[in-house]
Amino acid sequence: VYQVFESVAKKYDVMNDSMTLGIHRIWKDILMHKMNPSPGTLLLDVAGGTGDIAFRFINYVRSVQKLQLQRKLKHHQNLSWQEIFESYQKDQFNSLGDSQVVVCDLNREMLKVGKQKAKHLGYSEGLSWVLGNAEELPFDNDKFDVYTIAFGIRNVTRIDLALQEAYRVLKPGGRFLCLEFSHVSNPLLSRLYDLYSFQVIPVLGEVIAGDWKSYQYLVESIRQFPPQEELKAMIEDVGFFKVDYENLNFGIVAIHSGFKL
Amino acid sequence: GRARPSHSEPRGRHGRGGEEEEEEGGHQLYPGHIPTSPLQKALLAAGSAVMSLYDPYRHDMVAVLGETTGCLALPNLRDKMKNHPEGYHILQERPHIRLSTLDMARLQGLPDGSLGREYVRFLEKNKVSPDTRMPTKFVDDEELAYVIQRYREVHDLMHTLLGMPTTMLGEVVVKWFEAVQTGLPMCVLGAVFGPVWLSARKLQVLATELLPWAIRSGFNASCVLNVYYEQRWEQPVESLREELGIFPPP
Repeated sequence: VYQVFESVAKKYDVMNDSMTLGIHRIWKDILMHKMNPSPGTLLLDVAGGTGDIAFRFINYVRSVQKLQLQRKLKHHQNLSWQEIFESYQKDQFNSLGDSQVVVCDLNREMLKVGKQKAKHLGYSEGLSWVLGNAEELPFDNDKFDVYTIAFGIRNVTRIDLALQEAYRVLKPGGRFLCLEFSHVSNPLLSRLYDLYSFQVIPVLGEVIAGDWKSYQYLVESIRQFPPQEELKAMIEDVGFFKVDYENLNFGIVAIHSGFKL
Repeated sequence: GRARPSHSEPRGRHGRGGEEEEEEGGHQLYPGHIPTSPLQKALLAAGSAVMSLYDPYRHDMVAVLGETTGCLALPNLRDKMKNHPEGYHILQERPHIRLSTLDMARLQGLPDGSLGREYVRFLEKNKVSPDTRMPTKFVDDEELAYVIQRYREVHDLMHTLLGMPTTMLGEVVVKWFEAVQTGLPMCVLGAVFGPVWLSARKLQVLATELLPWAIRSGFNASCVLNVYYEQRWEQPVESLREELGIFPPP
């Protein structure tokens, strides 16, 4: 798996856009809305490589923070300009409201690309990048408010271990969210999807990234992955409560959610 | 969807046919071979054509284009080789031109004007190496896979025989020669679209001097793949040109 992502890292984002025709951005936005993080949230994004989830988290929390600030100021209509100015100053340094995201990935190259992207897009505070394995996370117990793994869990050899680790590092009350390719039950759509996956995606991999084999692997790993109900059961087995899933695009992608109580 | 086997099935069942749409017809015929369906070949041909134009430094795309469009030209070339004593020899022995098989020191020591000496000079001057050729992936016949591999490995020798550098202009000239010689659609496409990247002045030189010579030589010469170059390093380049029927460069 490591070698697949080493060669894939630089062209990862271009390939994602080409393979999903840009729809992966919408899926990730939906994940963020489902999460609905409030300022002060500590997020762990596992297999987060090039930072897509992390950046969305920061954007989301910033806009929530801004909204809250606006609301607060609206309530203080009789403040003098001086006082308004001062409160702006105070919150300027707190645009994230103490929210933080830790991006953890197995692959150095993916993290490198992510850091470069962050610099390029102007993300600096509230962001850390850690090299680590989903099956054995380098974090203490009960640390994070939310744990996400977007399009990463299907690449983990022992999914049960990754789920156990997720449970361990989450605080009580913390939420587990998994965004992953899943199974399409509609027979017609399933055939079209298979056709596209097996015929077009490796070709795209060869033409855009010069790498047929990695994308053949990607497509095959999607088929090998447990379907929705099975993954739900695995999440429950580890101890999560209120486990549920939401299909996106008829099951091409699914978001699984669970809580540690 | 279709009935799914239980998840306890062992992972990683690749490479064997018979799993409905999950396998492309065919097994691996040679190391590096990736079997592909006709649809995939068509998509690859289109994609690689576009990408080669968009980014001419993507040599891998030029290679893929050659492999996916060569289904008529390659058997033709192979037959030409089979029917020629030296070509037949090459098909039997399957030599490869690689740094590991070449005795560079010996070639450098050969007299000026000999094939070996001039070939090494070409490699040094243009800072290229014979080891940068892509191995064949998408040709579904292992003999034809060798033929196209041989064509690629011999390309630098074409440069040497034609006296053309690895500049865009030089490459275009060699492509025209190869297009006439091999009939490979990839060469034809490269020959026709390559000039897009050239300046007006270079285009003029190309059209007036270089192309007529290259094309005439291409038609006049016998098949360049029928030459066992590795056994002819001592032969003077001029003599080999004469033997093949390549006219002296302008």
